[in-house]
Amino acid sequence: MHKAESHGGAAVHPLALREQFDTVEQQRDCSTLGMWIFLITEVMFFGGMFLAYSIYRTKYPEVFAVASTSLNVYIGATNTVVLLCSSFTMVMAVRASALGKQKAIVGWLLMTLLFGLTFLGVKAFEWNEKFELHHVPGFANFHLAGVEPQGAAQIFFALYFCMTGLHALHMVVGVGLLSWLVWQARRGKYTSEYMTPVDISGLYWHFVDIVWIFLFPLLYLIDRHLGK
Amino acid sequence: MITAAVQQRENYLTAGHGLKSWLLTKDHKRIALLYFFTITVFFFLGGVFASMIRLELITPQGDLMSSDTYNKMFTMHGIIMVFFFLVPSIPATLGNFFLPIMIGARDLAFPRINLLSWYLLVIGGGFALFAMFAGGVDTGWTFYTPYSTTYSNTWVLATAVGVFIAGFSSILTGLNFIVTVHRMRAPGMTWFRMPLFVWANYATALIQVLGTPVLAVTLVLVFAERALHIGIFDPALGGDPVLFQHLFWFYSHPAVYIMVLPGMGVISELISTFSRKPVYGYSFIAASSLAIAIIGFLVWGHHLFVSTQSVYAGMVFSFLSYFVAIPSAIKVFNWTATLYKGSISFETPMLYAFGFIGLFTIGGLTGLFLASLGLDVHVTDTYFVIAHFHYVMVGGTIMAYLGGIHYWWPKMTGRMYPDGWAKLSAGIIFLGFNLTFFPQFILGYMGMPRRYHAYPDEFQVLHVLSSAGASVLAIGYLLPAIYFAWSLKYGPVAGPNPWGATGLEWKTDSPPPTHNFDEIPVVNHEAYDYTSVEAELA
Amino acid sequence: MTSATPHMDSVKTYITVFLALIVATVLTTAVAFVDLGAFSVVVALAIAICKMLLVALFFMHVRHSTRLTQVVLFGGILWFGILMGMTLIDFSSRNWIGVPGR
Repeated sequence: MHKAESHGGAAVHPLALREQFDTVEQQRDCSTLGMWIFLITEVMFFGGMFLAYSIYRTKYPEVFAVASTSLNVYIGATNTVVLLCSSFTMVMAVRASALGKQKAIVGWLLMTLLFGLTFLGVKAFEWNEKFELHHVPGFANFHLAGVEPQGAAQIFFALYFCMTGLHALHMVVGVGLLSWLVWQARRGKYTSEYMTPVDISGLYWHFVDIVWIFLFPLLYLIDRHLGK
Repeated sequence: MITAAVQQRENYLTAGHGLKSWLLTKDHKRIALLYFFTITVFFFLGGVFASMIRLELITPQGDLMSSDTYNKMFTMHGIIMVFFFLVPSIPATLGNFFLPIMIGARDLAFPRINLLSWYLLVIGGGFALFAMFAGGVDTGWTFYTPYSTTYSNTWVLATAVGVFIAGFSSILTGLNFIVTVHRMRAPGMTWFRMPLFVWANYATALIQVLGTPVLAVTLVLVFAERALHIGIFDPALGGDPVLFQHLFWFYSHPAVYIMVLPGMGVISELISTFSRKPVYGYSFIAASSLAIAIIGFLVWGHHLFVSTQSVYAGMVFSFLSYFVAIPSAIKVFNWTATLYKGSISFETPMLYAFGFIGLFTIGGLTGLFLASLGLDVHVTDTYFVIAHFHYVMVGGTIMAYLGGIHYWWPKMTGRMYPDGWAKLSAGIIFLGFNLTFFPQFILGYMGMPRRYHAYPDEFQVLHVLSSAGASVLAIGYLLPAIYFAWSLKYGPVAGPNPWGATGLEWKTDSPPPTHNFDEIPVVNHEAYDYTSVEAELA
Repeated sequence: MTSATPHMDSVKTYITVFLALIVATVLTTAVAFVDLGAFSVVVALAIAICKMLLVALFFMHVRHSTRLTQVVLFGGILWFGILMGMTLIDFSSRNWIGVPGR
């Protein structure tokens, strides 16, 4: 077969090379490039939300400031730190797989998974709080004290739920990916020659982190000095 | 004769049998055929809605259906045709089939994602069909808010979900194409040796990847607003409906180029093959595809001229819109220059190519009318706009699509279709098309608004002409369906290169083997190099 | 750089980047309580962009990526800029001529 002769001397697990590719380098390049292009589609996807946010924040600055101040900034900051920790453990997992340290891959991935689940748990707590405070848009009992029009406050919270909700959905997908990686890594699937799944899942995870890096100041930190 | 036609060698069609071998296939050629059948069904379904529209408009009174029903008819015609036929049409069928072969690859970079994207189209289509049979949707294909989110009592949510899912199908196809073109080219297949069809699909893929996610997020917001009764786009609740229009047209204007750019790629192939000359100004046509993809993202505001968009933004968008004409004109001039002193043969695909050039030129030039701020105020939301975009979408994309199908049919199936019937139907389509849509330019200029099921008596003559044309057009579209089906069993065997064309797809069997080539070719000549083909055929 | 694996940085680098990210988070939270007027959003976004660059360049290894990956990333950000910028042309120039609704 054509592909068999183009491997060169590299010791490659033959099952890892799919039939449309000539070399493992080509396969890895394709996967990495594919993930980056996918992340660009995600930039545009979240971009539409950020555009809507910018328009309405400019239109209703006071309402957005009051609504933002009603969010718990300490929980938000803590969750940001949790997510940054998960990014650090993720990059350590990628590093471990590049170095072929089997046990370390599993360990770092499990820690990443744990941080990810912590983030989601805190997020669920925050959302639940919104229901108790009647800050959920669309409900008849919606009320945010001290602002007019209430419609604009609803828009803030609608954007809050859409943005954090879509972000959390991406986290859930990421948690699924991590669980799968842990399972595969335990079976010794990833070596320094074949670590693309860990690598590109890492790209995805870091991207989701970056989205939150922007969501945190935009949602939680508007004119905090007003609402002591 | 027929027994002699039995292929000795195995090809992608004989490589597996049974429904499962098709539904779980990872072969880009089989997936292309799955797309082909799916979008053909959608095309004829969309055509049924179009027929209902034209039937209603024969008389000035709204007598065949109520205005509500009529609203549903044009909405479902638009949604089916745009999202489930035109957007996937050329890239997902011809592009899927031929892009890997033309660059000398065994398959796309991600065959399983390719199959997934077909399933997404089917699932999205399922949602849209459910909405239609459950009672329809009446917002127009543009889903303008706040009507779609607050006031419409039809199946907006199910339709939006369907379009959302189909959007991801389109994104994944684009992603696959970009990676494949970058990383899967055969040895010697440099960027400027790629066929122009590949360039056009590459440019299209860029738009799919960069634009479609914005449509997706817009539909998420529409979904949230309608389901939860919040006012992101509802002025009564503090929102801004023009923001919806910005987000929607950020995708949907470039989506026009998703539909027509691959068609331009097909035309480049046809013009070259049937004048037996390399395409004149190859690199300019290649670059103009990218230019259209890029400039196409800077002009969406010309759909908002009569909204509350600021006049200054209108001026900027109007000014930029004219720039799309430049790369489009570069293509048309270079195609005609290719014909000059060419050895032109009037095969069926070439008839479609000629049809494309004429009709697309009319569609494109009337686009300039619409890009100009003052004139657009006069013809906004009239039949002038309808005629304009049907000249581009039907006269452009569908002519190119049919031309491409006629051109590559012998490669895809190994059989030729009956030439006389094919030429006849090409002629019928050209005549029927012009009879349908040319009167609409006049109607629109006289002031006939779009989306009305009743109209003043003085418009009737032109409306009857248009409806008569639509029935001619319908015959023209049904004929190929019949003779293509016939050719599968009774058509003469085509052989590997029936047109004497260049390009790697003509250097492999008809139909091609599962991984396209026995041995990956090494490319050592430029695109459209007819000297090498002549040496082979001699 | 072996051909089958992407380039990795040292653990020390990763820890330094991580600590910088934590400091930036504390900083952006603290500065939000200071009245900077219109500049507060500028500062918040500037810090967020710095954090993004740290994550992208070091954790996502964009520093060592191929030129193509860098072009893809730049293109994505540029297109987001087109979406924002061209829309803001409209929203920022509304009501300039003083005709209601234009």
